[in-house]
Amino acid sequence: MSIKVRYFASLKEKIGRSEDTLPYLKPMTIYEVWHHFNVGTTIPENTLAAVNMDYASLDSLIKDGDEVAFFPPVTGG
Amino acid sequence: MAIQIKTEIFDPFEEIQAYQKKKFADIKSIGASTIFIGTMRDFNEGAPIKSMTLDYYPGMTEKQLDKIILSAQQQWQLIDCLVIHRVGHILPNEPIVLVAVWSSHRGDAYEANRFIMERLKSEAPFWKKELLDNNQARWVIKNTNGYTSN
Repeated sequence: MSIKVRYFASLKEKIGRSEDTLPYLKPMTIYEVWHHFNVGTTIPENTLAAVNMDYASLDSLIKDGDEVAFFPPVTGG
Repeated sequence: MAIQIKTEIFDPFEEIQAYQKKKFADIKSIGASTIFIGTMRDFNEGAPIKSMTLDYYPGMTEKQLDKIILSAQQQWQLIDCLVIHRVGHILPNEPIVLVAVWSSHRGDAYEANRFIMERLKSEAPFWKKELLDNNQARWVIKNTNGYTSN
């Protein structure tokens, strides 16, 4: 199984891709997922994270099959 | 209760009429209806805006809107809610969002509508990218708090 990682809006443009896939090897935090794919890049200030389409803090643990998303503050309405 | 994400322009008044006709034929307890319609301005943050593109997170957007409406239903006595939000390419004067709430009494309808709208602005994953008059594009950085800002 694997972890799907998605990026949206300005963050997607900034890092130049919309999606990553990570083979699931061990439990890890959302923060670690970010650094796995964005080595040496600090998470931009105010970035929000979600797991399985619910908001989650960066220290939340993810499990096999989860969908993780990173995006900037929302601006709808 | 209904949540709709639309990629094409919509007429909020037609949507409300159609919804009422379909859902409320046998309901006689409605005493109050509140409607909020957000439309696109041709200016923002001191600059003229030509158009905007609204991006969203399919699945999560609907899930969060669903949770917001559920939270409103737990706090106020509501008969029904309709939330419609545009995505894609939008021009000035076009509707972006519709929040309609029906209840027996005005207090519930007024307060729940405001609550849904404010929570939508801060929690529903939508993102606006504006095209300025000089053809430069910029992402809107954050929404203001509707209770404390103009």
